Order: sequence, then structure tokens, then C-alpha cells
Amino acid sequence: MKALMIPLFILLTTVAISLGVTGLFDVRPVLLWTDALIMLLLLVLVFFIVQVRASAERRATWRQVLRSRIGMATAVILSCYVLVAALDSVHFRPAAQDAAGTAQRSGFYSMEVISVLDLLIMPLHDQMEKSYSAPFATRLYSKEVVVMADGSQQRLYPRLQYGGAHLADHEERRGTDIAWRVAQGAVAGTVLAVLLCGAGVLLVARRAGILPGQLSGVLCGRGGHLPWHVMMLTLSVIIVLIAVAFMLASGYHIFGTDKVGQDVFYQSLKSIRTALAIGTLTTLIMLPFALALGLMAGYFRGWIDDVIQYLYTTLNSIPGVLLIAAAVLMLQVFMAGHPEMFETDAARADMRLLFLCMILGITSWTGLCRLLRGETLKVREFDYVQAATSFGVGHLQIITRHVMPNVMHIVLISVVLDFSGLVLAEAILSYVGVGVDPSMFSWGNMINGARLELAREPVVWWSLLAAFSFMFVLVLAANLFSDVIRDAFDPKMRG
Amino acid sequence: MNDLVLKVEGLTTCFDTASGSLYAVDGVGFEICRGETLALLGESGCGKSLTAFSLMRLLPTRQARIAAGRVVLGGDDLLALPELRMRDIRGNRMAMIFQEPMTSLNPVMTVGEQIAEAVVRHGKLRGRALASRVIELLDAVGIPDAAQRSNEYPHMLSGGMKQRIMIAMALAGEPDLLIADEPTTALDVTIQAQVLELMRDLQRSKGMAILLITHDLGVVAEMADRVAVMYAGQIVEQAESRDFFASPCHPYSRKLFDSLPTIAKRHQPLAIIKGNVPPLTAAGYSGCRFATRCDMAKALCEGEIPQLQDAGPGRAVRCFAYDDRYRGQWGDGASAIIPAAAARPQQQESGADGGLLAVRDLKVYFKIQKGLFKRTVGHIKAVDGVSISIGRGRTLALVGESGCGKTTVAKAILQLQRPTSGSVLFNDVELTTLGGEALRRSRADFQIIFQDPYSSMNPRMLVGDIIQEGMIALGVEPDPKRRALKVDELLQQVGLPPEAKGRYPHEFSGGQRQRVCIARALAVNPKLIICDEPTSALDISVQAQILNLLQQLQRTTGVSYLFITHNLSVVAYLADEVAVMYLGRIVEQGRVSDVLTAPRHPYTQALISAIPVIDAGTRRETIRLEGDLPSPANPPTGCHFHVRCPQARPECSLQYPEAAILEDGRMVRCVLYPRR
Ligand SMILES: Nc1ncnc2c1ncn2[C@@H]1O[C@H](COP(=O)(O)OP(=O)(O)OP(=O)(O)O)[C@@H](O)[C@H]1O
Ligand code: SF4
Ligand code: SF4
Ligand SMILES: [Mg+2]
Repeated sequence: MKALMIPLFILLTTVAISLGVTGLFDVRPVLLWTDALIMLLLLVLVFFIVQVRASAERRATWRQVLRSRIGMATAVILSCYVLVAALDSVHFRPAAQDAAGTAQRSGFYSMEVISVLDLLIMPLHDQMEKSYSAPFATRLYSKEVVVMADGSQQRLYPRLQYGGAHLADHEERRGTDIAWRVAQGAVAGTVLAVLLCGAGVLLVARRAGILPGQLSGVLCGRGGHLPWHVMMLTLSVIIVLIAVAFMLASGYHIFGTDKVGQDVFYQSLKSIRTALAIGTLTTLIMLPFALALGLMAGYFRGWIDDVIQYLYTTLNSIPGVLLIAAAVLMLQVFMAGHPEMFETDAARADMRLLFLCMILGITSWTGLCRLLRGETLKVREFDYVQAATSFGVGHLQIITRHVMPNVMHIVLISVVLDFSGLVLAEAILSYVGVGVDPSMFSWGNMINGARLELAREPVVWWSLLAAFSFMFVLVLAANLFSDVIRDAFDPKMRG
Repeated sequence: MNDLVLKVEGLTTCFDTASGSLYAVDGVGFEICRGETLALLGESGCGKSLTAFSLMRLLPTRQARIAAGRVVLGGDDLLALPELRMRDIRGNRMAMIFQEPMTSLNPVMTVGEQIAEAVVRHGKLRGRALASRVIELLDAVGIPDAAQRSNEYPHMLSGGMKQRIMIAMALAGEPDLLIADEPTTALDVTIQAQVLELMRDLQRSKGMAILLITHDLGVVAEMADRVAVMYAGQIVEQAESRDFFASPCHPYSRKLFDSLPTIAKRHQPLAIIKGNVPPLTAAGYSGCRFATRCDMAKALCEGEIPQLQDAGPGRAVRCFAYDDRYRGQWGDGASAIIPAAAARPQQQESGADGGLLAVRDLKVYFKIQKGLFKRTVGHIKAVDGVSISIGRGRTLALVGESGCGKTTVAKAILQLQRPTSGSVLFNDVELTTLGGEALRRSRADFQIIFQDPYSSMNPRMLVGDIIQEGMIALGVEPDPKRRALKVDELLQQVGLPPEAKGRYPHEFSGGQRQRVCIARALAVNPKLIICDEPTSALDISVQAQILNLLQQLQRTTGVSYLFITHNLSVVAYLADEVAVMYLGRIVEQGRVSDVLTAPRHPYTQALISAIPVIDAGTRRETIRLEGDLPSPANPPTGCHFHVRCPQARPECSLQYPEAAILEDGRMVRCVLYPRR
């Protein structure tokens, strides 16, 4: 069950790093609303895992999820995304710096809110070019008038300030340099991965008292063990990718730069948090309503059921996009009128993100509520609920003890299934212009920005590519994972 | 009758699992001749159905594999045929019908289309000829208005009709062999009687061989020419039906008979088979599979594997007691095995003392609502004026076909379903007007045990918590330590070890779960327990354990039972009084000995005559009822039974007959017995 400790590990790492950062540097922590909720969510996750570990039956079901190779691989990939998002959710304001870059007297902090993730990838953030540049380019994407050393003016593609700057005058060596960096990164990544996996295997084997002879069987998931080899393989691939990306990104803009010269790779990484926040916080916000109303409608029936049904049928008949657009526009007007309410830009963007989650939650709880109502109607007729009634057990207790645990599989399945839909919804809403704040990094905003450039000749395609590939991996992993979850938890699928 | 249809030799089917192969069918062999019925008898999980699927070469999962054996159908070795040829044989020369008629028909095709499909697969009929063949088949299985019915969809038909359609489809290819896997288990007794009679008629006219798979000794007795008893994947006894019922040989067969409840065994404990069916193991068995549960086991039974021994003409038994080499060890062989049925003195039938429960004119109507505004367009009269009473320490049985409203009566008494009208007087307290806290507190006095031991416990709670839940809610034993002790005591009382409380329901077998349910009900010291078909999901031997337990509890605690069942032999064995229910009303009520031996109401007479009986001497002519139970949404006028009653008169449809009390104290509602 060690694989289930991943979220705990992420939480602890995040806390440790953030404590380290705030302790070492002169910074002022900032707790945004969504940060708090994301941490709450991770806590809920840890609590959930502790509960699962306590019950043999639920542990067995989760084992079934992880025993599937796809389940294991996607769980690892999703965990990496979560780790990035968690690191990006510890915000602070660094000490203000004067023009010379030296710290002013303490007590003054920059207006810019940055996260631990920003610290880790600071160079990407700081290395701004002038405008568009293609991936791995050493020069800008469009010609500019440049004043040459001899004072003459020329229209040419100017050199980038950072991308490939280390090549100096030997731009023709770019190919070999990239190959060399890839090789370096691959070797370093492989060594790291082997060391890490080897250490992990030895540690686990020692603790579990597994003989060296049995090791390969245990690792390959034979005899009821989890497919550790899949986990290690996925992890290794990710480590190698990170190492290669690290080597490349220190010399080039691997996904190019955007209109204002910002690194697209950096934007893509920062967008992960936005996507995950939308995908999970929406659920967190709507879940209590869907659960309470669905259970009540199904359990009490009668007029309570009628009222709740009318409520969600009405909500369902209003087109969701219109509702969202109207709400977001209203919020925009309100926020424009009350700038004093927000200390920083980040706080304002964050409030809008939270609001978007809420409004998405309001439009999406009806599906789950309907499912829960149906299942509750069924479960309440089960003999054990009747038996509890005949013992005079109170309604609340019957609902929480007998009905809710037996409809939870529906919640789990639909939450995981909804996740990828919500991630995509964010992209679409931001594209339409009613999504997250334009100043917030998100794949939707990246696509929206790239949209305008698709028409130009030659096409600027890399923002789109970067956003799509990050989103694709996440959504694909989430979908595959949700299939595995459904197979394991849906009684109908269990056969 | 010597033309052999099917010959099976050493059929072995195993499941390949991670830990090795499980032999679920192990060396099964038998023969069936033309026009003959062989019954394959056994408890759940012994491999009956798997044997049938192996014959058809339709194994349920990919892990299952036929490992050895020969299946010869009219000269062809089926196991050696290519799959393409096999497809011809299925349906054409052998056909199968299943237990669950609801799920074996395609819901989106009319029954006519489905039968036509089966006909076309096996013949070259087209157009007009095809349609008339379909009608002919429907007629053959006794479906009235065949032409019209063939255009209906399965959901418009009742269970018995659907099973007839299944039989019609099986007949389409004019098979030599019909395999019927529990064909009537899901049906009511009166419908079961119709279907069994149909099978007998068809066999007589077409000369089919039938392999009948069942767990019901009564059905075997009525249908079979020969019997093969299966236990843990092997045939342990094979005999002519007559001989088998006259004197079963194998210790397991004997135990089955001993554990059947009958009126003669009233007030004595039934014989039980200790333990459970041994699990199939990859390692196999080193001795007799029945050894751990056999009263007659000797040292040698554990160490050596018994073979089928000839024991008289047409008879074979897999037991060392019939093996000439060892017979000496059992003294005089067979006769020594007959258990000394300790004839206990019949307990005095105590007269009814003060009433505990009195139900008067109970009615439960469910609204039928339609349309946007949920307009009430009618009522389902699930319970329509029921009056019963139960004395302290007594047992009243409520019998009737499925859907007649038995469970609804139970729920209305417990106030789990509020009755539409009528009164429920429990211990002189009117329950129907009781509400809230007062009702909650009085709930300790009446409890219920459900039919399905699998759905009556929350799968996510420990057995200990399940038993304690009622005690906590009702404030019985508020002290946690004393409560824990009480749980141990209850578990012991129902014959489970105290460790059971730390386990989950799914870790128990059906019978053990039913014990937990009984312990849960007992935990709050009820005065009345309503048992809603508590044994119908259980095997015969497990049923005996539960019945013994219920009876013993009544002796020690003086609890009363309202026993809901459709199994009349259980009624005969356990109950003091019986009430027969038909379509929401009680039609006859009286002492068990009177009602069961000399039923008066035409419905009771039909019901009792439809039950397959084992003892050929007491078999009566089945009174065949036409049609099915009418819908309670639209019951017939007057006497609800008049549309099916063989003795109906014109005045029956005019008025609901009044209750007449006969000289032996029983109540009958029928115009044949006018009120005096
Ligand atoms: N909640 C309900 N709403 C509508 N109709 C119902 C409801 N509960 C039961 N009925 C109908 O009432 C009738 C009696 O049902 P009940 O469950 O009491 O039968 P039963 O005799 O216990 O049958 P079985 O032997 O199958 O258990 C049936 O026709 C059933 O369809
Ligand atoms: S062989 Fe032995 S254990 Fe098996 S049934 Fe016969 S007497 Fe019982
Ligand atoms: S009242 Fe008439 S229809 Fe009803 S059972 Fe008696 S004879 Fe039959
Ligand atoms: Mg019932």
C-alpha cells in the first residue's frame, strides 16, 4: 500500500520546502483562497487514505486499481502533476529589491506574489525575450531594425538575449549542443532513476524480508503483488524527461517564447495548478451539495424529493455556458469597482479562479445529484436499511452509516470522470473569454493567445502545442485512471 | 427403452487459477436413454450447472477448461468436434433452458421473433410456414392466444409464460436431449406444477431425453426416472428413482432426507449435516470428500479415495461402506448406517394463551401516479383487508404465491410501511397511530429476519457492530462492556464463535449470515419475530440448521413468530397455525394440522396439490390452475380467485364472500362455505 502514500509524501514535501523557504529567506507568506482549499483537499486525501488502510475490503479494491498496470502508471503521472500543483500553491512575497537588485531593509515586500515552484524554475521566469521566438531558436521570430556596432541600421532577426546565448558566435553548433545536452540529461536522469529505484527496492525488500530470489516476481506484480516495475518504469521515464528538460531549458526556450517574450515552457508548468484547481476544487465545492441533496431526495422521498428534483431540473434547463458567462461578467464588473478589496493582483486573479470553480460547481452538481438520488432510492429499500429502521435507528444515522457508504462508489467514479471534463471546460471557457483571469497562467489562456497568431504567416504554433501536450497527457492519464477506478468500484462491472 | 441418447464418461472440468487447477466437476459419468429423465440432484455449488455447461461446451469463463472425459451424443463424441459442428448440435440435437426466465430472453425482440430465430437456425422454413411453425410451438407449450402473444415483448409476460417461451425455443430444433437447469426454481408452486406437467407431456409425445438439474427432492420425485446425486464435483450415488426414494444409500443422500422438514418431525430437531461443503482445492482430496461431515466416517475414509461401487441393479454408490473389501468395518453394511431417529415424545400442543398481536382489517394501497403532476390514477391493493392474530410463544405461518402481499403485511405490521387503514394491536398498544419517539421505543418488541441473508446486512460493517446497532439505538445494555458480553452470548446462542464479531458479513456462508441476522434480531429481546422466507435462499441441510435454531429459541425465550413462506413442508414442521393469502386477502386460516391435511378453500386445495411430494403414497392429483396471479392494481371483482377457481359459480364474481368459521375453528372465505 506504499503507493497510496504518494499524496502524503507530496503534502509533506510541500510543507517542508515551504517551511524551508520561508525560514531561509526573508519573505512574507501569502495564503490565497485556492491555496488553502488545495491544502485542505490534500488533507482530505490523506484522511481518506488512512481510512482506506483501516478497512480490509476497501484496501482490496484500491489494490485492484493499482494492480492494473494502467492504473499504476497513470497514478504515478497524476501524482507528478499534483506535486507540481502543490508546489505552486505555496505563495509568498519576497523582500522588495531596489533597482540594483540588493535587498532593501526588511519589512518591505515586493508586490509580486510568487510560489515555491517559481523559486525552483526562477531562471525560466526571469529570462524574458523581446517577443516571439520558436522552440530552440537563437533568434527572434520576426525581423527588427537593429542598430549595429558601427551605427548603421539593419533589418534582421536579432539574437535572443538568453536562448542559445551561451553559443556566442557559434550558432551553427546549436545541433550538436542540443544533442550533447540531451545525452547529458538522459545519462544523468538514468543514473538518478536507477539509484532511486534501486534504493527504494532495497529498502522495501529489507523491510518486508523478501529474499533476493523472489524479488523479480514481487517487482513484476506476480503472486498478487502490485506491479512495482510499472511504477518504477514510469517514474524513471519521468525523471529522465525532467533531467533532459532541465539540461535543455538552461540553454534554450524549449517551447519557445510568446508575444511578450515569456518562456512558454514556464507558462505551461504554471498552468498545471490552474487546471488541477479547476478540476478538483469545483468538485470539492459542489460535492457537499450534491451529496446532501441527492441523499435527502432519495431517502426521504415525498415533497423533499419533489423540491430537489424541481431545483435541479430547473438548473439543468439553463444553458451552463450562459450562466457561467453572466456570472463571470458580473464578477468582473464588481471587481473592477472594488480594487481596494485585493491586496495584490494575484489575490484578485485567485478570487476569480475560486469564483469560476464555484459557478462551475453550481452548474455541474446536478448530474451527480441525480445519480445519487437514484442509487439512494435503491439502497434505502435494501433489507439492511429496513432492519436499521426496525431497530429505531435515527434518520441521520441511517443515512450516514448505511446509505452513504454504499453510494460512495458513485461519488468516486463520477468525481474522477468529471475531472478531465472540467480541465477541458476551463480551457474552453478561457478561450471564450469568460474563464480565469487573463493574467493567470492557464492552458485556456495560452490557447486563446495563440489563436490570434495562428493566422499570421509564418504560423506561431508552439504555444498551442505546449498547452495541448500538457493538457493531453493530464486528460489522458485522468481518463485511463477513471476507467480503472470504474472497473474496480462499480458493482455492475465487477460482475 | 434401450436406445441411448447421451453417454458421459469421466467428464472433468477445472478452473485454472493462480494457485493451480480447481476440479469443479471431477470424473462425472452417466447415461440417458430416449424418453427418460435423469435428475442431477445437489446443493448449491456442487457443480450441477457446470456439468450442464460442459456438456454444451459453453463454459462460463475463460479460466474454465474441460480437462478430460467423453460426451457421446448419438454416436458423436462432442468434446472432439470442431466448434463449428458443435454450433449445429446445440439447439438442434441438445437444447438447454435456464433457471432465470427473466434474463434469458432478449427484451427488445418480440417472443415470436425470438422463436422464429431459433426455428430458422435449425430448418429452412420461410414466410407463412415459419409463422405457422412459431404458432404451433407456442400452442405446444400451452400459451393461450398464441397468434397474439407472439407479437408481445418478454416484459409483458409473467415468469411462467417466459419459461414456456424458453421451452418453445428449446423445442424449435426438435432436440433429442433437453437440459433443464433448475427450470422452476424461480417460479411459484402452482406455476411450477404447470411447467413440470408441460415438460412431462412434451417428453411423452416427442420421446425426448431430459437431464433435469435441481436441488428440490420433491421435483425429483415427481419427474425423474433415475437420480444422480452430486456432492463436491462428484456423483456420489446413482439409482432408479423408485429405489432411491425407498432407501437412499450414500450417507449424504440419507442426511438430505433426514434434514427435510415434514409434519411427522414436528417438535423434534431435524438432522443436520455438520460443517460446510469442503472448498475445492488445487491439491485435490486424499480421501472421501464427505469424510469431514460424515457420521459414519472411519479412519480409512480419510486416507483413500472411494470409487463408485455397484450396489444392486442400476445402482452405484461412492462409499466404502458399500465396498466389498471394507464392508465388514461397518458391521452389517447398509443397514448400520440408518440413523436411529430418536423418537421423542410429541410435545404437548399448548393452547393459545393471551394474544400478542392482533391485526384487524389491514389495508396497504400503493398509489399509481401518472403524468407531470403525479395524478393518482389508481391503487395497487397489495394488502386488502387482512386480519390475523398471534398468541405468545406461538407461530403463525403466512403462505401464498409471490406478489400476493406477504412481505407488505410484514412491513405494515412493523410500521416500516404505514398501512392505509386498519389496526395493528401489539400487546394492547395500537401501533398504527403511534409515531415518533413512542414508536421508536416500542420497536424493540418486534423484529424481522429477511429472506436474503446477503442483502440484509450492511457489507461495510463488522458483524459485532451490526448486532450492537439495535441495542445502542434502543438503549438495551447502555454499558459498552456488558453489551460486548451480550454480543458474545448471542453469537454463542446462534452457534457462532465469538471471533465472528470482528469479521465482515461477506466472510460468512449464507447459513451463517442468517444466524447473524437472527442474533441481531434477538439482541433487543423481541417478543415477536417476523421471518420473511428466512430459509428459501438456503440449501436443504442449512435450512435444517436454521429451523432447528428458530425452534430452540422459541422454547427457551418464548418468542412468537410470524413465519412468511411459500414452502408448505416448513409450515407443516414449524407452525402452529397457518393463514393462506391470495392477492392481498386471507382466504383460509386455521390450525396447521387441519388446513394442510384437509384444505377447504379451493385455492388452498390447489396450492397444496401443486407441491411436489416425495412420498408417492401421499401424492394427490394436481388441481391445475389456469393462468397467473392477476394484477393487484386491477383485482377481479367479488372473490379474487374466481377467474382461476375450478369450482367457481356465478355469484362468486358478485361479492367478496364473508368469513365462515368451520367446526374445527378455521376461517374460510368462500361461497361454498356459507356463514352460519
Ligand atoms: N413500494 C411499492 N410500490 C408499488 N407496488 C408495490 C410496492 N411494494 C410492493 N408492491 C406490490 O405489491 C404486491 C405485493 O408485494 P409483496 O412484496 O408484499 O409480495 P410477496 O407476497 O411478499 O411476494 P414474494 O413471495 O415474491 O416475496 C406486488 O404486486 C408488488 O408488486
Ligand atoms: S466413504 Fe466414509 S466418509 Fe465417505 S461417505 Fe462413505 S462412510 Fe462417509
Ligand atoms: S368464492 Fe367462488 S371463486 Fe372464490 S374460491 Fe369459493 S368457489 Fe372459488
Ligand atoms: Mg416477499
